Amino acid sequence: MKHILGAVCGASVLLAVPAMAETTLTIATVNNGDMIRMQGLTSEFTKANPDISVKWVTLEENVLRQRVTTDIATKGGQFDVLTIGTYEVPIWAKKGWLLPLANLGADYDVADLLPKIKDAVSADGKLYAAPFYGESSMVMYRTDLFDKAGLKMPEKPTWDFVIDAAKKITDKNGGVYGICLRGKAGWGENMAFLSAMANSYGARWFDEKWEPQFNTPEWKTTLTTYVNLMKDAGPPGASSNGFNENLALFDAGKCGMWIDATVAASFVTNPKDSKVADKVGFALAPNTGLGKNANWLWAWNLAIPAGSKKTEAAEKFIAWATSKDYTKLVASKEGWANVPPGTRTSLYTNPEYLKAAPFAKMTLASIDAADPNKPTVKPVPYVGVQYAAIPEFQGIGTQVGQQFSAALAGSMTVDAALAAAQSATEREMKRAGYIK
Amino acid sequence: MARKSTTQRVVVSTIGAWFFGFLIFFPILWMVLASFKTELEAFAIPPSFLFFHWTTENYATVQERSDYLLHAMNSIIIAGGSTLIALVIAVPAAWSMAFSPTKRTKDILLWMLSTKMMPPVGVLVPIYLIYKAFGLLDSRIGLVFILCLGNLPIVIWMLFTYFKEIPRDILEAARMDGATIGRELIYVLTPMAIPGLASTLLLNLILAWNEAFWTLNLSTSNAAPLTTFIASYSSPEGLFWAKLSAASTLAIAPILVLGWFSQKQLVRGLTFGAVK
Repeated sequence: MKHILGAVCGASVLLAVPAMAETTLTIATVNNGDMIRMQGLTSEFTKANPDISVKWVTLEENVLRQRVTTDIATKGGQFDVLTIGTYEVPIWAKKGWLLPLANLGADYDVADLLPKIKDAVSADGKLYAAPFYGESSMVMYRTDLFDKAGLKMPEKPTWDFVIDAAKKITDKNGGVYGICLRGKAGWGENMAFLSAMANSYGARWFDEKWEPQFNTPEWKTTLTTYVNLMKDAGPPGASSNGFNENLALFDAGKCGMWIDATVAASFVTNPKDSKVADKVGFALAPNTGLGKNANWLWAWNLAIPAGSKKTEAAEKFIAWATSKDYTKLVASKEGWANVPPGTRTSLYTNPEYLKAAPFAKMTLASIDAADPNKPTVKPVPYVGVQYAAIPEFQGIGTQVGQQFSAALAGSMTVDAALAAAQSATEREMKRAGYIK
Repeated sequence: MARKSTTQRVVVSTIGAWFFGFLIFFPILWMVLASFKTELEAFAIPPSFLFFHWTTENYATVQERSDYLLHAMNSIIIAGGSTLIALVIAVPAAWSMAFSPTKRTKDILLWMLSTKMMPPVGVLVPIYLIYKAFGLLDSRIGLVFILCLGNLPIVIWMLFTYFKEIPRDILEAARMDGATIGRELIYVLTPMAIPGLASTLLLNLILAWNEAFWTLNLSTSNAAPLTTFIASYSSPEGLFWAKLSAASTLAIAPILVLGWFSQKQLVRGLTFGAVK
């Protein structure tokens, strides 16, 4: 009986502890290396803020997007901090779904944020999300294969050079393919790459009056070049390759070049995972001399939904996770190469970081080369480099991505894919009231 | 005329059965193997089947990063609770439709099934709003309720099919002996329907265990079951296959063991009424 009484008393003490004035933050985030690291370091935050505890909800990015959108649209109030992309920030800010971040603290140093990234997470001059890490895309190439073929990669390569080099490096019998590019359908998959590539060829998603532009010669050149290049120098089954598949191919030494997210640089140069870690060079994404490179701009950001009732604690957490001190904390625990990149100017002047991350200079140059407010050669009515920041884009982008993936797989001609993309986009834009 | 059962025929059919069995089981085996590989080996092309550096590192990482026991406990409560409540509602419903049918019984059955014809996402926002209003978001009771409702049509249909197989004469005999409806249900019908009840229970337990739409959308952290646990290891940007495989293996392990030990009832349930 004594034991039972003791157990009951013990249990009630345990149950009573969380009842003390403690704020529990529920944070929704995506599953990638930098976010997982942040979760691991949460105890440092709670140690400094004993009145706040943190609960994590980690989900795959598309699942998270659906989950968080449902909650925020219904003002469900299930989350206090959200991890959202640059695509969502301007749309959600406009709808009043996000709270502006006005109290990040005196030592937060907003001016230190990279200007392009800061622009991407601001609306009407207010910061609606704090960037956690930023990325662009660039060319990662095998220096040994280039040397063997007698090629020298320029810092700002043209598409002509990249295509020529890819063909020269390709050794299909030896299992080496000149270039690996995304082919898997999806607005954040093949369309991220193809929209950025199209920008460099002078194409655009919509003209100033929101008319879809897939019937223009610029898009035809883009898609034809892409499909032919992948046929000549790409790996088999490329239409189902996304970031992970290409990363695995590159790490295994099967790609001569890979144009993808700058965050991949830390993976391919990590000897623990990559067989070619010491043979990788970096260059800006290719151009055609029209003034735009084929690189995108993206950042994962922390924001507070309008439904949250714990805004003070939430803002405290965001300020901590996106601060300069957090970068130093990661560096002290896991090394400078593992700090979240692409958000602060000071990181790119830090000699220790520059020494640990050979790709740092090119990452910054790539981010600087992308302009979400002027993404294309011709003027456009939308914001966003590899996407148009309108709510309809997710659906349209994925539909178009399916047509282009089919063209890559050979089940559709380039002309047919472009025609299907044009009619699908026109239909959706009419339905949404952008055009008549 | 009975077919000749020659040794040769037995050998061929056994090998064939094992081959197809292995083929169907292969994805699960591959997942388990991947969970013991390093991330690089899990992605390696060409893949290695058995000769790789075996490691339990992924299991350690998964245990460290997530609260497996909390998720597993939530899964047990949600799947078990929703199945039991569904049975409590479905047994009298199926009984009345099987033994006292009216001319509208068939329509009612079809109507019940028709609720499964709309994709769940179609009612996500209304359900979310209702759950928000009643404070049921991220609660186990909320998930028990929605999974119970979702599976109820299938439970009723399955039980209805089993009950229809039971001869009415036996029930009439019980009534002649003065059994009340309650006694008839408990002492006569239930023992005869136990195989059917068991297979319905198991099948629904598996369906509820694996349900990933409502459990992902209506839970955040407190009530999150193993489906959320798996989803947290999937990533389009970063190598997480080995960890994802370890998480999936841990998530399916309990239900796989349960399924293994109850396969006799399951097979009986699934083939019931197929041969008369």
